[in-house]
Amino acid sequence: MTALLELQDVEARYGPIKALHGVSLSVDEGAVVAVLGANGAGKTTTLRAISHTVRRTGEIHFAGKPLGRRNAESVARLGIAHLPEGRGTFSQLTVAENLRLGAYTRRGSLKADTERVFSYFPWLDERRRQQAGTLSGGEQQMLALARAFMQRPRLLLLDEPSLGLAPVLVTEIFRIIRELNESDGLTVLVVEQNAHLALQVATTAYVLEVGTVALSGPSEELQSHESVRRSYLGY
Amino acid sequence: MGARLLSFAVRPVNALLITAAVFLLIGSLQSTIFAQQTVAGLAQGAVYGSLALALVLIYRATEVINFAQGELAMATTYVAYQLIQWGVSYWLAFFLTLVLAFAIGFVTQVLVIRPVMHKSVIAVVIVTVGLFVLIDGLVVWKWGGDIKFMPAPFGQQVYHWGGVAVARQDIGTILLTIATVIVLWALFQFTKIGLGMRAAALHPTPARLVGVRVDWMLAIGWGLAAVLGAVAGLMAEANQYILQPSLMQAILLYAFAAAVLGGLESPAGAVVGGVFLGIFLNLIGQYVHFITAQLRLPFAFAVLLVVLLVKPSGLFGHRRVRKV
Repeated sequence: MTALLELQDVEARYGPIKALHGVSLSVDEGAVVAVLGANGAGKTTTLRAISHTVRRTGEIHFAGKPLGRRNAESVARLGIAHLPEGRGTFSQLTVAENLRLGAYTRRGSLKADTERVFSYFPWLDERRRQQAGTLSGGEQQMLALARAFMQRPRLLLLDEPSLGLAPVLVTEIFRIIRELNESDGLTVLVVEQNAHLALQVATTAYVLEVGTVALSGPSEELQSHESVRRSYLGY
Repeated sequence: MGARLLSFAVRPVNALLITAAVFLLIGSLQSTIFAQQTVAGLAQGAVYGSLALALVLIYRATEVINFAQGELAMATTYVAYQLIQWGVSYWLAFFLTLVLAFAIGFVTQVLVIRPVMHKSVIAVVIVTVGLFVLIDGLVVWKWGGDIKFMPAPFGQQVYHWGGVAVARQDIGTILLTIATVIVLWALFQFTKIGLGMRAAALHPTPARLVGVRVDWMLAIGWGLAAVLGAVAGLMAEANQYILQPSLMQAILLYAFAAAVLGGLESPAGAVVGGVFLGIFLNLIGQYVHFITAQLRLPFAFAVLLVVLLVKPSGLFGHRRVRKV
């Protein structure tokens, strides 16, 4: 397997505050990789650095090419879908328009993809004309996933998909992520506070502490790792 | 915009609009003068509404009132005047002007708005005020401050229907405005670029993440607003019969009032607000004798004040639905 995404010594700052102090990680093509860590460890900022929605320095390679100074729009056009914290729903637009925006950079018919999205989430079809902001949190999270699917990315960046959702929904969402990974070979980099769940889905995981990688390795190894168990799994 | 135009649930606003329409219809059937003033007001309101719509487009995208919108419209009207002076026919000059207006609006956003856009709202406001002065100065420098004349686009005919005299010019203005608004609405509602523009204006960050080129979308928005302004300017010139640098100054103020009346965020509201204001001011001028031409503008501001006091979100304004 080759690395689809490679971060070397990435630093990022919000004004005077440095959030990442040299993060290096790599994501293999077709893998699901989790980023764990406490609040403020830099998980969200790592994803923002990749999609270039935060100021950053350091080297990021995607599919062998440096991302360099490409802006967020052109990073998206390379095939990186970033579902930000708070889901990035186009709340004032309709459900159907959210899906069309997912496929914004693509040409040609969307019919097959739309049908597939509706097969995953049949309720989306009935609510096509509904304003997306009126959906519940869980529904918005599913809409966000559906939108990312319409984007047909090579790499999906997921920020806390379980945040604020009922446990049943969380399980459902991770099931869909795993299915997309297995059937479509979608590469996923997921930031998650629910380490237990993330380590079940991911093959590899990184643990961030104050803006730098403290630990990394295959999920099974981390699951049995003493400090990870105590800090993030709680047993 | 579309959803609100199409879905016609019985809300207080709709009830109010239906009542107003019925009132105007009955009034027009009862009195020829009433009918005449209504049609003339409709034409003036169409001009207010077009410029108000331009203001709303910019407001939604940049969250700022473009104080230069009226002067931009006036300058593009001078462009049409110049083309006609060079021997271009009126309607060819009209459409060429729309194309040039788009370019002017687009370039304005890229050159002077984009650099300050992310600084602060007040910086953008000051830039638009500066643009107002700059455009005004440039026009006077190039064409002088004296009155110019342009051919009448729809001719000077007056139709008589059962005692009601209606100027062909008024009918033309109304139909042209309706056509412009429909084209623009369809562009926003049914095209990919329209969807991209709405996403860029309402939700810039998620729009970037799906690959929408937000900066270009905003520049296109400014271009389209300038096109609307050009239509308003050309129709205002045709209604006033003369072209001078102050062409749009009063109209810009009416357009402010119209936009606030409709709710600054609502494109449909801007058009309805403009039309309502045009008719209302005309009828008031006709039937309330102490309101002379000099009181027209203060009265428009009285309307604005009442709206801000009673319903600050305007007729079509609604609280944004937000769930996190």
